[in-house]
Amino acid sequence: MSDNVAIVIVSHSTLVAQGAKDMAQQMVGDDVKLFACGGTEDGQLGTNVAAISAAFEEAYSDKGVLVIVDLGGAEINSEVAISMLPEEKRSNVRLCDAAIVEGTIMAATEASSGASLSQVCAAAEEYR
Amino acid sequence: MSDSLLNQCISLVHSLIEENWEHLSALDQAIGDGDHGTNVKRGIDALHADLDRLATKPFGEGLGAAGMTLVMKIGGASGPLFWSLLKGMGEASANEPRTQEDVAKMLRAGTEAVKATGKSDTGMKTMIDVLEPVTLALETRAGITSDEISEVARKAAEDTKALVATKGRAAFLGERSVGHIDPGGQTVALVVESICNEMEKLK
Repeated sequence: MSDNVAIVIVSHSTLVAQGAKDMAQQMVGDDVKLFACGGTEDGQLGTNVAAISAAFEEAYSDKGVLVIVDLGGAEINSEVAISMLPEEKRSNVRLCDAAIVEGTIMAATEASSGASLSQVCAAAEEYR
Repeated sequence: MSDSLLNQCISLVHSLIEENWEHLSALDQAIGDGDHGTNVKRGIDALHADLDRLATKPFGEGLGAAGMTLVMKIGGASGPLFWSLLKGMGEASANEPRTQEDVAKMLRAGTEAVKATGKSDTGMKTMIDVLEPVTLALETRAGITSDEISEVARKAAEDTKALVATKGRAAFLGERSVGHIDPGGQTVALVVESICNEMEKLK
């Protein structure tokens, strides 16, 4: 399963991130690794760079990691987490511009077919 | 040994935010998601708990480490912005600044770093609308007093009222964001004023 692109979902809300992950996982099972990063360290609405970095660590393979975010803070905090990766890994972790629920499902189904990171990203971005 | 400049500033800002975080969240409630004060408080509380570790570092490195703590704790978009501000300032100023020129150079580097991270510039109703005029005043008005710098910061924050937000959560409101002070800009102005007041007292 590490042959497929992994997906990290970053939302301000723990429930939204988990919900998007659950819906996608139900469709693709264990074929695609999905990670939900929602809420701040103390469980409030917001995003947590340390948690995003930890998810990247776990999700990473040479096949790549797609990051799907909700609003501005999630995007900019994900960019920070990407900038903190070792340089050789950065180009394999891509932030996409997609609606969080629909994008996650599109990305997950695309990834389950073994598609490349660019293909998975393009599939998600059909739903902005 | 007296406290380092960085630690004095952190203690000062910590008390400042303790008094103002609710007001900052209220500003954010009007045009954002209402958590700016809570987020900034979470960040500065973590910094304040970390003073002993920061005290062991040279000024520039300490600023970088402080920025890292902020981005890890804040949880909102202001986290990466304050991180780049402090990181940029720290990289431009390895040692404590001594002259107006030193401070101007340091703030210029920080302000440019915030613009890059936020992919933003002046006029978008963000903290940059306070950072830029303060930096510019330091760069161009030789011998400016700390009271005058405070005044520039205060006015710049007030002036964000007239702007239409095109960045950040307030951008969803578009024209309706007019008439409200930008919370990030207000925070920067309060910090500038508080540090300037302290400098006046030391005179």
